[in-house]
Amino acid sequence: MTDVALQPGEEPCVTLDAFLSQSNATAVRLEPDEDARALIPHLDRLALIEVAFPKFRDGRGYSSARILREAGYAGELRAQGDVLVDQIAYMKRCGFDSFAPEKELNPADVEAALSRWPEHYQGAADGAVPIWKLRHG
Amino acid sequence: MYKYDEYDHAMVAARVAEFSDQVKRRLAGEITEDQFKPLRLMNGLYLQLHAYMLRVAVPYGTLDGRQMRMLAHIARKYDRDYGHFTTRQNIQYNWIKLEDAPAILEDLASVEMHAIQTSGNCIRNISSDQWAGAAADEITDPRPWAELLRQWSSFHPEFSYLPRKFKIAVIAADEDRAAMRLHDIGIQIVEKDGVHGAAFYVGGGMGRTPMIAPLIKDFVPLDDMLSYAEACLRVYNRYGRRDNIYKARIKILIHELGADEYRRQVEEEFVHVKSLGIDPPKAEFDRIAAQFAPPALDASALDAIDRSDPDFAVWVDQNVAAHKVPGHAIVNISLKPVGGIPGDASSAQIDLMADLAETYSHDELRVTHAQNIVLPHVRKADLYTIWQALDAAGLATPNLDLISDIIACPGLDYCSLANARSIPVAQKIATRFSDLGRQKELGELKLKISGCINACGHHHAGHIGILGVDRKGTENYQLLLGGSGAEDVSLGTITGPGFDEDGIVDAIERVTDKYLAERSEGERFVDTFRRVGMAPFKEAIYG
Repeated sequence: MTDVALQPGEEPCVTLDAFLSQSNATAVRLEPDEDARALIPHLDRLALIEVAFPKFRDGRGYSSARILREAGYAGELRAQGDVLVDQIAYMKRCGFDSFAPEKELNPADVEAALSRWPEHYQGAADGAVPIWKLRHG
Repeated sequence: MYKYDEYDHAMVAARVAEFSDQVKRRLAGEITEDQFKPLRLMNGLYLQLHAYMLRVAVPYGTLDGRQMRMLAHIARKYDRDYGHFTTRQNIQYNWIKLEDAPAILEDLASVEMHAIQTSGNCIRNISSDQWAGAAADEITDPRPWAELLRQWSSFHPEFSYLPRKFKIAVIAADEDRAAMRLHDIGIQIVEKDGVHGAAFYVGGGMGRTPMIAPLIKDFVPLDDMLSYAEACLRVYNRYGRRDNIYKARIKILIHELGADEYRRQVEEEFVHVKSLGIDPPKAEFDRIAAQFAPPALDASALDAIDRSDPDFAVWVDQNVAAHKVPGHAIVNISLKPVGGIPGDASSAQIDLMADLAETYSHDELRVTHAQNIVLPHVRKADLYTIWQALDAAGLATPNLDLISDIIACPGLDYCSLANARSIPVAQKIATRFSDLGRQKELGELKLKISGCINACGHHHAGHIGILGVDRKGTENYQLLLGGSGAEDVSLGTITGPGFDEDGIVDAIERVTDKYLAERSEGERFVDTFRRVGMAPFKEAIYG
């Protein structure tokens, strides 16, 4: 089994600008060109950060996700938009734990994609132990 | 040579399984070509003019006889009995069927090879000095550093959808045989207070807007290298341009920000990244480095070479280089026979080079960015036997670094991006200058041809560069002079209006005649050009 949510709930997200100018929102949506670090002072009160992938080729959201996890964000981190089955394993490694793809994904394909890699060469935001550490204990 | 352990095997096997599944879904119509494209590209599979092209990674250009023989096998079984060695130290097959690709990747995996990240907007195969481990001028073997980077960059989750492709080269000598500063990141291993570290040059590249990488950090300790690289890449992934494919390489970001501001951002990111613990311990470097231990060479081996065969002596003088161990030599096998296709080798030739490596070169071969092959560790006493075998196979052309040792991209004969053919131009130039005495008279002259602005044939870095363009529906060739991809790195300058296919050959002849007339004692072509400037050459070309 995978530990990610494929059909997340419908919590309304506010834009980054709106979030930064009001105090009560707990869900925010981050566009590719927005600085994830702007959220760092507010991570404690956030339950959901939705990172937009308008085009799957635009990989800025991967860095946004890692930056948020590296800053200690522990809430839901959702990849929304042009999210394809062949990207989600990398997204999960960058810290995403829920996915809201525009086009529905086949759960069996998702399961296969997420369980494909036995190990990982490099450390990322998913807590996986990198191969070099496995080699040297 | 690096040998896979259980983890490396498992990673490549997983990739083969993944790509087999993706090909299956594509063939079944479950994913569109648009969705499939980035996936096949990350596995080295391009859709070209006539067929799929598969680009196989040769990490830092190093391979053994068994791997080389597998390259011959693939050419024979799945292609038209030949392969094309590239300026990225890789090999490409031009006539591949999509449905065969998974089987080819399985064959490659059986000899610890793959096509991972040989294309796509990700970190590409790491390139290096083809004489690594053999050159007298290196301070250490750069390949353990390159292997560390290879593993770090393989399936990197954050950097697989970069704004554009990303190329890294690692060298460890002052003489630059890898065009290091024309890479997105060029690393030179340097020594400070008796310790080795990495000098980072970032933001070089060729293509439409050629740039020489500025020095971003003069010394990154081994313990910090991957964190520093991660910081360099993260700044690029976040802020590199994505609005225009021609402005998406890191060189444009650094050009627009300025090297100082880019460095500031990288340093800031590095402080953060370093706290994440992503750098492997020294023990991992040592594990890798142990596998690149120098072969046991007998330093008391006979140093003299019997030069009584004049053809052999000519080849020795041109294609054999000094090895760091006495009694040994580096053999450079030219894949540039006059009238041939630069970089092409038949299955039989590839097999022969594999045999020679196993018998005479401690089972090692290298692919060079100049599209030649190297046997790095050869006893001088074996040179004559090796030469005879190469000569019989059409592989003993004694033209290393001469005008006919041409780098050329596949051009319009194969490539869907090309505007003009490169191969026929290379063939005509090599034929025009086929007289070896004339070539030697001209001395070191690096001629590089690209069939389009993307500069795969490194034309900006040629002492003489040729760029094929499309001019109102006909192929037109621009001439550039004065470039270099070596430690004297420089970018070529366009002479003026372009030429047709025969005109460009004539123009080059006028340029070389002018050089012979102008040169001072000991000057190479590029030295004379730098001293006298463009004007006399322009005058010679256009009158």
